[in-house]
Amino acid sequence: MKKIEAIIKPFKLDEVKEALVEAGIEGMTISEVKGYGRQQGHSELYRGAEYVVEFIPKVKIELVVSSQEYADKAIEAIKNAAKTGKIGDGKIFVSDISKTIRIRTDEEDEEAL
Amino acid sequence: MEMNYVIDTFFAIFAMTLIIFMVPGFAMLEAGLVRTKNVTSVLTVNVMIYAIASMSFMLIGYTYAFGSWDHQDGMSQYAFFLFQMAFVGKVVNIMSGGVSERSRILPLALFTVAIGAFIYPTIVNISWGANFLSGTVFDISAMHDLAGSTVIHSTGGWALLAAILIMGPRRGRFKKNGTIQVIPASNIPLVTLGAFLLWIGWFGFNGGSVGAISSKENADAVALTIMNTNTAGLSGAIVGWLLTYFRYKKFDITMMLNGALGGLVAITAGPDLYDIHTPILIGAIGGALVVLFVPIFDKLKMDDPVGALSVHLVNGIWGTLAVGIFVSDVSILTQIKGIVLVGAIVFPLSWITIYAINKVFSLRAEEDEQLEGIDAIECGIEAYPEFKRSI
Repeated sequence: MKKIEAIIKPFKLDEVKEALVEAGIEGMTISEVKGYGRQQGHSELYRGAEYVVEFIPKVKIELVVSSQEYADKAIEAIKNAAKTGKIGDGKIFVSDISKTIRIRTDEEDEEAL
Repeated sequence: MEMNYVIDTFFAIFAMTLIIFMVPGFAMLEAGLVRTKNVTSVLTVNVMIYAIASMSFMLIGYTYAFGSWDHQDGMSQYAFFLFQMAFVGKVVNIMSGGVSERSRILPLALFTVAIGAFIYPTIVNISWGANFLSGTVFDISAMHDLAGSTVIHSTGGWALLAAILIMGPRRGRFKKNGTIQVIPASNIPLVTLGAFLLWIGWFGFNGGSVGAISSKENADAVALTIMNTNTAGLSGAIVGWLLTYFRYKKFDITMMLNGALGGLVAITAGPDLYDIHTPILIGAIGGALVVLFVPIFDKLKMDDPVGALSVHLVNGIWGTLAVGIFVSDVSILTQIKGIVLVGAIVFPLSWITIYAINKVFSLRAEEDEQLEGIDAIECGIEAYPEFKRSI
């Protein structure tokens, strides 16, 4: 089982989700996060004082798939949908999952995905 | 004539009601300008101030200021009292807004009593009231301050100045390397709502201060007063809006609103005396002073989350001077004398009172208390429990 974690630009969420559904992914979790990489923050002004906002809002998508095949499909889908070509498009991380359990039915591992 | 008595009583009560709009006005303005972790306590303070300042004035301050309850016969004594009472809390509001996010509630209540029962009535006494300085060299009753640029606004401003100097800035506001840490407003819609409620309140604040409406002459004076008041607000808003844009290449709604309020404070000493165009200039200068002074106070390491020093102290002084500058019958020296004497009374009295309250009861919240937020420390109620805290 593989976990795929993707940090993307927030406005790309709908597009990415549609692409994942088309690729056969049946579920995912998202969270609103902030972060920065090579994309610089921007400066704002409040009552005459300037300040730099370094952390930029992003969306993190997390999903777990049963096989490398599905993982590759998901990665392709995310990459194509989330890309704008401009700095700050985000990153995808892949890791191994040792166990999965469906709470309602007690199914485990591949059966739970 | 009984009809005049009735009409003037009604008008005083109507004006008082408009002034009370300033209670939610200050409350919303301040609630919007502070961080979410301090909103409940700021609102608590605002309710507390209206209740305690008004009560202190009713039980103690009023007779000290005016000598007795039946010192006039133009309207019901209760209406006259109500109108005067409406102003008292505003003086404390000016002070409390400027020390938001690092004040504790009960010690602030003690200072509220001090203002409502003693410090503010002293100033009313010597300018509008029984005048125990009458005949002496310190008599300032000749100062023309219709609705309180000096009596209300700079009184609150001097008290705030003392408080800011004693209590210091909010935690983390001024970094060791000299840079200013920006602490942005948490709720701009509330700031806007609050400022406009204050604006509406000003119609009663200034219009009602004419004192009577039941003759053609008085009716004209009231209408002119309210018109000039509004004009100064418009002008202050425009200047605040444009000056900020030219200086920083961005619009800042908080400065635009502060500019309007600055104009309104600046007109408050003499709206009954000006022609209809002079308030444009007075309000414009008021707005400009706000845009000028907010960053200056920041540079001086005087932390004022709501801009009250710029709006109320600076413009309270400017507004009082303006009468002497633009009205030929009013001597600028008389105005200066009033400004100086009020400052010389209010600032030291406030300083001593706040210093003592802070020493004994800890008016200033500790650094770690400020970090957690006054709401958590003193109120136990989050203002926005369902919204995520920003990181």
